[in-house]
Amino acid sequence: MPKLNMVEAINLALREEMEKDDRIIILGEDVGREGGVFRVTDGLQAKFGEQRVVDTPLAETGIVGTAMGMALYGLRPVAEIQFDGFLYPCLDQITNHIGRIRNRSRGRFTCPLVIRVPYGGGIHAPEHHSESPEAILAHTPGIKVVIPSTPFEAKGLLVSSIRDPDPVIFLEPKRIYRAIREDVPEGDYTIPLGKARLVQEGKDVTAIAWGAMVREVLNAAEELKRDKIDLEVIDLRTISPMDVDAITTSVKKTGKAVIVHEAPRTCGLGAEIIALINEKAFLSLQAPIERVTGFDVPVPLLKSEHYYLPNPKRIVVAVKKVMSF
Amino acid sequence: MSLDLWSLYTLMLKSRLLEEAIARFWYDGLISGEMHLGTGEEAIIAGVVAHLRDGDAMALDHRGTSALLMRGVDPVLILRELLGYEDGLCGGRGGHMHLFSKEHLTASSGIVGAEGPTAVGFALSAQYLRPGAIATAFFGDGAMNQGMLMESINLASAWNLPVLFVCKDDGWAITTQSKQVTGGDLGERARGLGVPAVEVDGGDVSAVWEAAGRAIESARSGQGPTFLHARCVHFEGHFLGFQLIRMVRAPFREMPGITIPLTLSFLHSGGAALHERLEGLKAVLAAVLATLRDPRRDSANDPLRRARTTLQSDTARLEELEEQVEKELSNVLSTVLAGGPS
Ligand SMILES: Cc1ncc(C[n+]2csc(CCOP(=O)(O)OP(=O)(O)O)c2C)c(N)n1
Ligand SMILES: [Mg+2]
Repeated sequence: MPKLNMVEAINLALREEMEKDDRIIILGEDVGREGGVFRVTDGLQAKFGEQRVVDTPLAETGIVGTAMGMALYGLRPVAEIQFDGFLYPCLDQITNHIGRIRNRSRGRFTCPLVIRVPYGGGIHAPEHHSESPEAILAHTPGIKVVIPSTPFEAKGLLVSSIRDPDPVIFLEPKRIYRAIREDVPEGDYTIPLGKARLVQEGKDVTAIAWGAMVREVLNAAEELKRDKIDLEVIDLRTISPMDVDAITTSVKKTGKAVIVHEAPRTCGLGAEIIALINEKAFLSLQAPIERVTGFDVPVPLLKSEHYYLPNPKRIVVAVKKVMSF
Repeated sequence: MSLDLWSLYTLMLKSRLLEEAIARFWYDGLISGEMHLGTGEEAIIAGVVAHLRDGDAMALDHRGTSALLMRGVDPVLILRELLGYEDGLCGGRGGHMHLFSKEHLTASSGIVGAEGPTAVGFALSAQYLRPGAIATAFFGDGAMNQGMLMESINLASAWNLPVLFVCKDDGWAITTQSKQVTGGDLGERARGLGVPAVEVDGGDVSAVWEAAGRAIESARSGQGPTFLHARCVHFEGHFLGFQLIRMVRAPFREMPGITIPLTLSFLHSGGAALHERLEGLKAVLAAVLATLRDPRRDSANDPLRRARTTLQSDTARLEELEEQVEKELSNVLSTVLAGGPS
């Protein structure tokens, strides 16, 4: 089985799905001839031609709006937005149009498209190139939001996203694009949307994370072992719809939770998860839930980036705080 | 005002030397993230900025360093900003794509196309608060396909605002050739929105200066916006370390890494059919030929070199000027570095 990094795994998923389904069309800035600024679509235009891997003008609203028209007509577009910050100009298309088709038509129409977006910090890039907009997207009705945390996960989740009848925003944690190599099988396998992954069982505290933060949590879990603290780690995988059962089952067991995300704290997804736990598992809670997050400012430049991003040290502190309540 | 090639050349040279220093900092790892420079577009910036005065505003794109410098921002502040220091132009928070100067009414954005609406807002305010003042927007050919920029050109036209839209057309948006994704002619597009369009050779600082002067005069006197379409060449490519440029600069050093494995695979016994391999080889040959013809290889396109050719008639003055500018820059650099991080 080939050992692939996340870029290669996503490329493989696209390649295999395009071979099977000729309605799949890739479009975006620099995705064709160049193969994408992160080389995720490398070689696909050469293989499938210019009609199926389309270099677009620099026009995000146009790209995403066009994808919607294509999806409604019967194609299966996979659009790429080059960096997280460039998603904001096309929120109109996503929020006002794409997310509403199913509801507006009482399910007679759906909008099967995928918008892939390299996202998140950790690569020393300036603002617009390091954002984590998942909470804004999760707040938008009618779209699914998927975030892989490893190469294997990325392939299985992307295939499901492409085959899903509804619009999916697929956020790719660019920081770990090439950081992890693991076995990624060729050929068909899928990972269902809306189902979290229990990465590691533990009895003391539930840690909930997604994307690049899963790795940080696992590193924290290693450190905590030395103090005999046993962390249960949940990778949400799909931010919307969220796997509420997985969260509550775990919290009912451990009675304690820490949520880790690199997006700003206020109205971040952590707040929503805490509210859900309050609703569903309040009587099991033994301590207030802690959040380890970014700060309420744009992602800073290199010099303060390490301070902004959650790391194992901050996670360990939060877990110990919860343990000693 | 009459054309003074000496002072225009001085502006361009200061900018070039500053950007060369920035490049050295970047290659030394002192500046984080990608770095877009304006190297190659100095004639456009100088030809426009030389006409600006107090109360005039600028909206800049991701290549804003040169315009700020030419407008009079202290290069020490610019450099310390890029280095991420607290006493930089924006407190070390903006970085090279987000340079601001309130004093010079200048804002930049890393969102391509955002310069248009900002400049329209500047111009509307100028019309109201300081009649006679104008706003400029600097952007690339790629930006011309952004909806927000089109909206802003229409706004400037409908409201007859004093804006100069400056399109620095290098033919590229990162790795996408604009001619392949752009409908119609950019000047025609502006005219279609009721804005007069002027074509100018962006490598010829005198020509830019003349054209910009007429457009700015017309804006100052209440006759509305102009679209200045200036072609240029970015010698550093999209950003520093751009692989296409490495290839362009040193094809004979960079090529073997690609051609040797390709040739070997061509001779390999197994694998793809012969005609497919021939196609592959042809594609690589085409890339090599295109690279050899790339205008970014040709220093004859360098606006500084072109201006210098004219000024060479007075070699003594030219040498003195260059020595002076170099000395200034080295003073700037020692101030920047002497300060240490903050
Ligand atoms: C809204 C938005 N989309 C994409 C990008 C990524 N990006 C940065 S520069 C650039 C190309 C810009 O081309 P052009 O406007 O011609 O300017 P040039 O770089 O050629 O000077 C792109 C796509 C961006 N910064 N903003
Ligand atoms: Mg360009």
